[in-house]
Amino acid sequence: MWKDIFRKMTKYSVLRSLIVQEVNDLGVRSVGIIVFISLFIGAVVTIQTALNFSNPLIEDSLIGFAARQSIILEFSPTLISIIMAGKVGSYITSSIGTMRVTEQIDALEVMGINSLNYLVFPKIVAMFIYPFLIAISMFVGIVGAYIAGVYGGFLSSDEFFTGLKEDFIPFQMVYAFIKSFVFAMILATVPSYHGYYMKGGALEVGKASTTSFVWTSIVIIVSNYIITQLLLS
Amino acid sequence: MIQVKNLNKSFGEDHVLKDISTNFERGITNLIIGQSGSGKSVFLKCLIGLLIPDSGEVFYEDKQYGKLRPEEQRELRKQMGMVFQGGALFDSMTVEQNVMFPLKMFNPMSSGEMLDRVNEVLERVNLPGVNKKLPADLSGGMQKRVSIARGIVNYPQYLFCDEPNSGLDPRTSSVIDELIQEITKENNITTLINTHDMNSVFEIGEKIVFLRDGTLEWTGDFKSVHHCENEHLNNFVYSSNLFKQARKANLKGL
Repeated sequence: MWKDIFRKMTKYSVLRSLIVQEVNDLGVRSVGIIVFISLFIGAVVTIQTALNFSNPLIEDSLIGFAARQSIILEFSPTLISIIMAGKVGSYITSSIGTMRVTEQIDALEVMGINSLNYLVFPKIVAMFIYPFLIAISMFVGIVGAYIAGVYGGFLSSDEFFTGLKEDFIPFQMVYAFIKSFVFAMILATVPSYHGYYMKGGALEVGKASTTSFVWTSIVIIVSNYIITQLLLS
Repeated sequence: MIQVKNLNKSFGEDHVLKDISTNFERGITNLIIGQSGSGKSVFLKCLIGLLIPDSGEVFYEDKQYGKLRPEEQRELRKQMGMVFQGGALFDSMTVEQNVMFPLKMFNPMSSGEMLDRVNEVLERVNLPGVNKKLPADLSGGMQKRVSIARGIVNYPQYLFCDEPNSGLDPRTSSVIDELIQEITKENNITTLINTHDMNSVFEIGEKIVFLRDGTLEWTGDFKSVHHCENEHLNNFVYSSNLFKQARKANLKGL
């Protein structure tokens, strides 16, 4: 599939408008759900951490530290990606699958268009925006953590910022964005594969979307382990 | 002209096309008929390259399709127009965008020229003024006509129609048949229509290829169908009482 995606490129002017469309469909339209989930998960992570730090010898600023580490290293890149496998992945599989069922992909092929390039390549390029979405998620998650921690009475604002800056290793941000980029490619290609190569009718489109979500999640989780092992251990 | 030589296609143990040889002339409406499951759609898909035959050859004029490099096949496909059974219109695009699509992809025309050509073909299929509508807003017959407009917009040399009348009322079916025949004559293109609509057979069947269980059972035109002694063809064509009576009347010269 990879070879065919890049084999015969679609006309640039057409491709450009397709990429803009995909950036909107896959990226911009996901911002709302990402902000919403990040805000609340950031808050919950802080509350859970605070409630589990019952030892008086542990400084309260560690709540900010733990929230930062959880959000940047795992919650934003991985959990958001699994949620996106449900939202973006299902959308990709069902839209391409419907095109397969209704012979729209055959129509592209008959016209002499490389349908894989036309359908999948713009999604891959559009998903380059994904690390920016993860950056938004990280920021909003930390805002959520701040609100819950400070306004919930678990720690002061100064303590939160002290914890937030404590032992900060810039490479961990690089690691998080490398992960995000890999997950973006998985989110663009695995659901596309399930949609493009599906067989059958409308019922199978639904089944393909479910299978796509399961496999995208599995590939993300396994990749997460491999990337973490390679970059952090 | 399209020439087919000893075409075979199987799916596992299922031998769908068995040694089919025939040719389809330019400027006439060529019909492929047969019962459901007789291999018509597979045959059509093998001709246009959506399926790869197990053996046999398909020639477009002097070019053997299977021997062409993928890039050359894509170039040849740009000369093909296809009307799919369900229309296969891009449902996220308006009628105008659908019809303009092949021009936008391959033609170096300016936007104004493309729009003029789109309006010209939409008028040709009797659908002026629907440019901004979505396919979902159109009736089945209108969708088929948009599909025909998209099929002919890029001046194709070959037009393939997969059951263009399915799901349409008899009057609309006739309109579609006449339209395809007129376009074929006007542009002198090679047109293949895959159908099991008997009205089409008698109205526009200038060449008819009858497939049965994947074999080419009979070839002729709509006039020779009346006098044909092939039992399988007669069972297929005259399966309804109306057509049986029409045949009797025709043979009696009524």
